[in-house]
Amino acid sequence: MADTQLPLWEVFTQAGHGAPHEHAGSVHAADAEQAMQNARDVYARRGEAVSLWVVPSSAIIASAPGDAGPFFDPGNDKAYRHPQFYKVPRGVRVF
Amino acid sequence: MSVPPVAGARETPVANPLFEYLLRLGDDRLVLGHRMSEWCGHGPILEEDIAMANIALDLVGQGSSLLQLAGVTEGAGRDEDALAYFRGEPEFRNAQLVELPKGDFAFTMVRQFLFDAYSVLQLDALQKSTFAPLAGLASKALKEDSYHLRHSSDWVLRLGDGTAESHARAQAALDELWRFTGELFESDAVDEAVRDNGIVVDQAAIQSRWQQVVADVTRRATLTLPPAGASASGGRRGRHTEFLGHMLAEMQIVARSHPGAKW
Amino acid sequence: MEPLPTPPIPADDPALVAAFEARIAAGESIEPKDWMPERYRRQLTRMMSQHAHSEVVGMLPEGNWITRAPSLRRKMCLIAKVQDEAGHGLYIYCGTETLGVDRHDLVQQLLDGTAKYSSIFNYPTLTWADIGCIGWLVDGAAIVNQTVLAKASYGPYARAMVRICKEENFHKRQGYEIVATLANGTPAQKAMVQDALNRWWWPSLMMFGPSDAESPNSAELLKWRVKRKTNDELRQRFVNLTVPQAQAVGLSFPDPDLRYDAASEDWKFGAIDWDEFFAVIKGNGPCNHERLAARRKAHDDGLWVREAAAAYAAKHLARTTEAA
Repeated sequence: MADTQLPLWEVFTQAGHGAPHEHAGSVHAADAEQAMQNARDVYARRGEAVSLWVVPSSAIIASAPGDAGPFFDPGNDKAYRHPQFYKVPRGVRVF
Repeated sequence: MSVPPVAGARETPVANPLFEYLLRLGDDRLVLGHRMSEWCGHGPILEEDIAMANIALDLVGQGSSLLQLAGVTEGAGRDEDALAYFRGEPEFRNAQLVELPKGDFAFTMVRQFLFDAYSVLQLDALQKSTFAPLAGLASKALKEDSYHLRHSSDWVLRLGDGTAESHARAQAALDELWRFTGELFESDAVDEAVRDNGIVVDQAAIQSRWQQVVADVTRRATLTLPPAGASASGGRRGRHTEFLGHMLAEMQIVARSHPGAKW
Repeated sequence: MEPLPTPPIPADDPALVAAFEARIAAGESIEPKDWMPERYRRQLTRMMSQHAHSEVVGMLPEGNWITRAPSLRRKMCLIAKVQDEAGHGLYIYCGTETLGVDRHDLVQQLLDGTAKYSSIFNYPTLTWADIGCIGWLVDGAAIVNQTVLAKASYGPYARAMVRICKEENFHKRQGYEIVATLANGTPAQKAMVQDALNRWWWPSLMMFGPSDAESPNSAELLKWRVKRKTNDELRQRFVNLTVPQAQAVGLSFPDPDLRYDAASEDWKFGAIDWDEFFAVIKGNGPCNHERLAARRKAHDDGLWVREAAAAYAAKHLARTTEAA
């Protein structure tokens, strides 16, 4: 068997209850349980997390930089998706 | 389990059984933590270096807190460092299991598993002690050791059911360590005496539950439990293997070279 | 520093290079899947992997004192610190892997001696005071370096540095606390810490690398904002920070030329012995052999463990798949 550093996993940590899981970094591990334990020891050893996700890096599908135009630019000029687009009579608190 | 006869061992009344008992708890963890810390920088993969350092930190921390409490209980002005650095090996009260050299990774992890399985049961019982400072320490340590058990039992499975080489190494470690496990469940005058402090750890009950855990994990790891045989003993009374003296010589050298110095 | 032998680099499309450099100039962060010049990728791979190797090799000189730490508190602080070095090596290796290299190959380069790591870790830790000096000086120098690297143009490197800087703050403080305690201790302790400072001072100044005029990679790294300050600027900042800290605890520096220059508000220091630096980089430092031998032994002894973990995972996956 060829020596390896074991497969790569991406680690997502949740900093507090109600917060989103955010990408923290990666670990190498042979299996999911080991990836979870390594993620705990590496990315939560200062109590930074209340919950962890680990995902095989090979399972991440990322958008390509070449897609940036068609994917994201069309979202930039849709002002009607933002609350500032709408006029409210002066002095009225809508929320 | 009753204490097997050891030459020169004789039951003498214990002046301060609670102090003795806390030394046993503290020394087990300090010595095992020290052994684990010897791996730091030399682990099989970077992630495991970090994991082993975490375990070492937890154990040395538990040992430190328990020795501090022992010092307070003794009332002779000794703190955790005085107890860790200025006692000779006959004054250490750890079981021999934890003082054996770290060996290879299989030896370290199988030993850790055997100890973790014991420690979790022991701490669970100690959480209910009416001696509040000990109950508090036990409750905190139980969380740490429950994680250690998860980590070490997983490694026993991986090594036992991994490759032919890892299986052979794990089996050899189990065979070598087995005779040191009996000492964990001995019960003597100290255990009897601390019952007055509400420290009721039923060693026999713990032993049978420990055997179930160990039997289950080793079976799943395709390892064979060695037959019951002669058991090593003596650590609880300060009779140790030859290895502890060397470990303490290293651990204590700086502190003892500068008596009275602050660090 | 000797450049590593590298295969010829394919010429990049000038239009793409121009667009890339415009992004850098605009202060944008470069991400793994973005187009980047091959030189940029290689320079980053070299620099990041050297950085990661340094963290991992750096565990050894400090780890040397874990079993002899003179109090339980110091023992725990030191284990936690050496553990952090492992963590930091891990973060940076992972950052390097986003450039399309495998950690296994990077580790091999370290073990076969083709990759470099920081020269400082080839010096021996001879007394407990060395642990204080490493935390104070070596981590102090590293923080000066890394605070700037946290603004590097490559996103994964910068993010790893942000996390590392946050964690390393305690390293320097614990080192300085040890130094201050010893400096205020018994005569033997004070002599011990002065001796350690005498041995670690010059190697710490060398950590920033050769003067920029002699540093072959500097110009390009600065242009691409992988580096944001020159080696000499960072070295001077470190000296200015450190000299008052030594004075505060009554320690002196092994440099008769050290003096305060009121005009520039800098502490001017004497000439660095770059012959020593290059000798250590080439493998002739006091501990080069021991450091690599220790890493190789850990790697070789760990082979059967990594194989067992992989074999167990493969079996387990096969069983789960059959059962499904």
